[in-house]
Amino acid sequence: MTVNGESVQVAAPAHHTLLEVLRYKLDLIGTKQGCDKGDCGACTVQIDGVPQLACLTLAVHAQDRAVTTVEGLGQQAGGCHPLQDAFDRWNAAQCGFCTPGILMSAEALLRKNRGQTLTRAQVCEALAGNLCRCTGYTKIIDAVLDAAAGFEAMKVEEARHAE
Amino acid sequence: MPSEDRDRDWQLGQVHRKVDAMERMRGVTRYTDDLKLPGMLHAKILRSPHAHARIKSIDLAPALAIPGVFAAVTGQDFKIPYGIIPWTQDENALAVDKVCHVGDGVVAVAAIDEDTANAACKAIRVEYEVLRAFFDPEEALAVRDRENTINPYSRKGNLSKHVDLEFGEVDKELAAAELVVEGEYFFEGTTHAAIEPHCALAHVETNGILTVWSATQVSHYLHRELAKVLEIPPHRIRVIQPPLGGAFGGKSEPFDLEFCVAKLAIKTGRPVKLLYTREEVFYAHRGRHPMKMKYRTGFDADGKIKAVDAKTIIDGGAYSSFGLVTTYYSGQLLCAPYNFGSYRFDSTRAYTNKPACGPKRGHGSVQPRFAMEIQLDKAAVLLGIDPIELRRRNDIGADTRTVNEFKVGSNGFRECLEKVETASGWKQRRPTLPYGRGLGVAGSTYISGTNYPIYPNDMPQAGVQICLDRSGRARVFSGANDIGQGSNTMLAVIVSEELGLPLDDIRVLSADTDLCPVDLGAYSSRITLMVGNACLAAAQKLRSRVCESVAKRWQVPKNRVVLAGRMAIDREDPERHVDSAQAFQWAEADHGLLGEVGSYNTPKDRHGDYRGGTIGASPAYSFTAHLAEVEVDPETGIVDVKTIWVAHDCGKALSRRIVEGQIEGSTYMGFGEALMEEHKVDVGHRGAHAGPSLLDYRIPTFLDTPEIAAMIVEAPDANGPYGAKEAGEGPLHSSIPAIANAIYDAVGIRLDRLPFTPQRVLAAIRERARREAAGELPPHKSSSIASEADARKIA
Repeated sequence: MTVNGESVQVAAPAHHTLLEVLRYKLDLIGTKQGCDKGDCGACTVQIDGVPQLACLTLAVHAQDRAVTTVEGLGQQAGGCHPLQDAFDRWNAAQCGFCTPGILMSAEALLRKNRGQTLTRAQVCEALAGNLCRCTGYTKIIDAVLDAAAGFEAMKVEEARHAE
Repeated sequence: MPSEDRDRDWQLGQVHRKVDAMERMRGVTRYTDDLKLPGMLHAKILRSPHAHARIKSIDLAPALAIPGVFAAVTGQDFKIPYGIIPWTQDENALAVDKVCHVGDGVVAVAAIDEDTANAACKAIRVEYEVLRAFFDPEEALAVRDRENTINPYSRKGNLSKHVDLEFGEVDKELAAAELVVEGEYFFEGTTHAAIEPHCALAHVETNGILTVWSATQVSHYLHRELAKVLEIPPHRIRVIQPPLGGAFGGKSEPFDLEFCVAKLAIKTGRPVKLLYTREEVFYAHRGRHPMKMKYRTGFDADGKIKAVDAKTIIDGGAYSSFGLVTTYYSGQLLCAPYNFGSYRFDSTRAYTNKPACGPKRGHGSVQPRFAMEIQLDKAAVLLGIDPIELRRRNDIGADTRTVNEFKVGSNGFRECLEKVETASGWKQRRPTLPYGRGLGVAGSTYISGTNYPIYPNDMPQAGVQICLDRSGRARVFSGANDIGQGSNTMLAVIVSEELGLPLDDIRVLSADTDLCPVDLGAYSSRITLMVGNACLAAAQKLRSRVCESVAKRWQVPKNRVVLAGRMAIDREDPERHVDSAQAFQWAEADHGLLGEVGSYNTPKDRHGDYRGGTIGASPAYSFTAHLAEVEVDPETGIVDVKTIWVAHDCGKALSRRIVEGQIEGSTYMGFGEALMEEHKVDVGHRGAHAGPSLLDYRIPTFLDTPEIAAMIVEAPDANGPYGAKEAGEGPLHSSIPAIANAIYDAVGIRLDRLPFTPQRVLAAIRERARREAAGELPPHKSSSIASEADARKIA
């Protein structure tokens, strides 16, 4: 599979999840285990650009596919992703344990709605599968809406780079 | 504490990036479960399937025969009991002779990986003799014989703690009162549900020092208890709290896993890690106690509170945990923000065969606050007084004493009420809202740390050490546990404010018992006030030295030197400045290595001189007002909380957005307890947890959570650093009764039992409709508040 843009080969028992492979075999510890049964969203990663729960995904399912974890997010943006910057400015991470998963869900939301104005309701809808116990969600919503502008700018830069 | 010799507030009250947040967002922060050591083993605990049973035999042989299993320990390895409160040490790391609730630990196994450890647990054979289990606290209290005593260390049957205190003449005041409101309330148990499960890792270093990394919010107390149970002197143990993924009181005492990994690491000579499953987190619990509360409150005709009489039964679960304190708090913390003419409370905590309850955000006082604020709302309706006005009339004010003799310093409660009243449009909107829509208000108070430490001693409650180096940086060493609330950033802000350094140039090293001065931990909202004061003391000493050295070189009076913006600046000639590194070098040349310590202890004049009078006493009290707007669907019973306005008096916001985040997070947590959370066991299934998962134990999602409008009120307190008080727990309390009171305003029903599920709401709406049809009550919202009060008096 491809993980954060790099091709990797891993041997894992058939019953191991993508979460176990990411954390134990590849040492990508940014993806968190909060419940290990698909309830909390802390393990959210993207598979082929779509947010998925790594704890409910068997590792074999990710074979030949592109997996992006939170470690790949900043990489993608050449350092610090606009979402990470906005979360930092808004103090949207308190303990930060749910944050990687939320960032992966939020990135997909921004990408899907590029060029459109996001509403609070849309953010809540897109992030409803990610539990946060610290913030009351308020600052996270503020940060995602704030990041949308930076996200636009980032994509422009990327496009220019491609030329 | 403010000094006049320089410009204030170049950092205070600003918005800051937290010192450790970006690394968390990049996914590189290593929480406890992210730590990995060479040769590390994984441990699992075999837990009891019975609520109450004697252990007849344990056969470990089949487990130890499995390849890859290294060692197993049982209660026989941990015969010394422990407990967070020195007077109630009534639990063992693993069950010694009997198990006291489903989920009690019996055997811990270390193996090469988790799969093998799980297989080993399955292979162990335990023979139990099942005993009678008690799930109701009153039934448990009724038996006193040894056989039916749940906790093996209890000497008073199933009575865990009883407190009965009276201040003033309650019966006389009640008899003379214009109005006596009586009510019975039930607060369901709830749990913390931090997203990071508990995790611990232990390793015996080559020098023989036992190191334990743990997701704890009390590394110092864990250090002490490890030493006691393992019989290793404290100086041979090092406890490190790695970055933590949320706690809320759920990690504020030692848990079985810390002792187990330590013992298994000693036995095997290898590092051993144990991560709780989510199910185990629910069984470890130590969450909010279920409380059954009976209240009688007497008022005069103006709505002044003349008497409060409270009787409370507390369901403690199998162990004491903080229960002694909880029992006191259930009464002691109620005596502000309102002035009580007289007060009596009688609280009894019982042992039951359930996971032990303990401190959850707003320890012990969220439950009585729920009862009290509904009592006030009932009185407001019956007396025809606006609920906000009724609260204003009873405001205890600043610089005063409560009826139970606690000294209150600053008090911004009145301003909190005004802020939520204005922001919500209470005056204009409340009379016009239609049936089904309502506004409700509630107020509360909380401590900023407890006046006395958990184990009696005269040493400081907090200590901080700061070193400055030649490159212009500061290193801050603090035992305080940053659990996500931002205490590391709080310390950096204070150092930044005092020494003129940007936050980036300040390294905070916290919660490592080898490197940091002792701090008692992250509980009772003590860190900002106590550790903040200790940090401020150290930073001020350093500032004085640096300013002195700079002033000497510029040949100006010391008070002309200002430290700000990574510089030392001449106040009267701002063109003259040097960078911080130069200033520190001058100071180091004059004074030698630049390091200072600061410590903090509480003033001892905060409480009355009676047994229990110190419990609940605090250097400063925070104040909160919540105002909720709800829509209740009378067809389905579904309560939709639209907005919660919350104003909180934190004394002084050191970092504005972090304080807002604490207010929002607290309010959200209260909202969850109001509408959906229930931590209970299933009696029909031998006392197994009713839903030990984040799917069954519902906590609010992005979609459930209402809009929260957080407002900061600042009534600086003489005992706080720059006047600061707590913000992490107080703003939970009144969230719940504000919603209850809004539901009453919307549809005229009183919900005295939590949570407010659609079934309960619907049943109450139907009951009201029945009474209206029978002519016992007028239709809700069809008449003015005053005339309804008249109708009720007649009824």
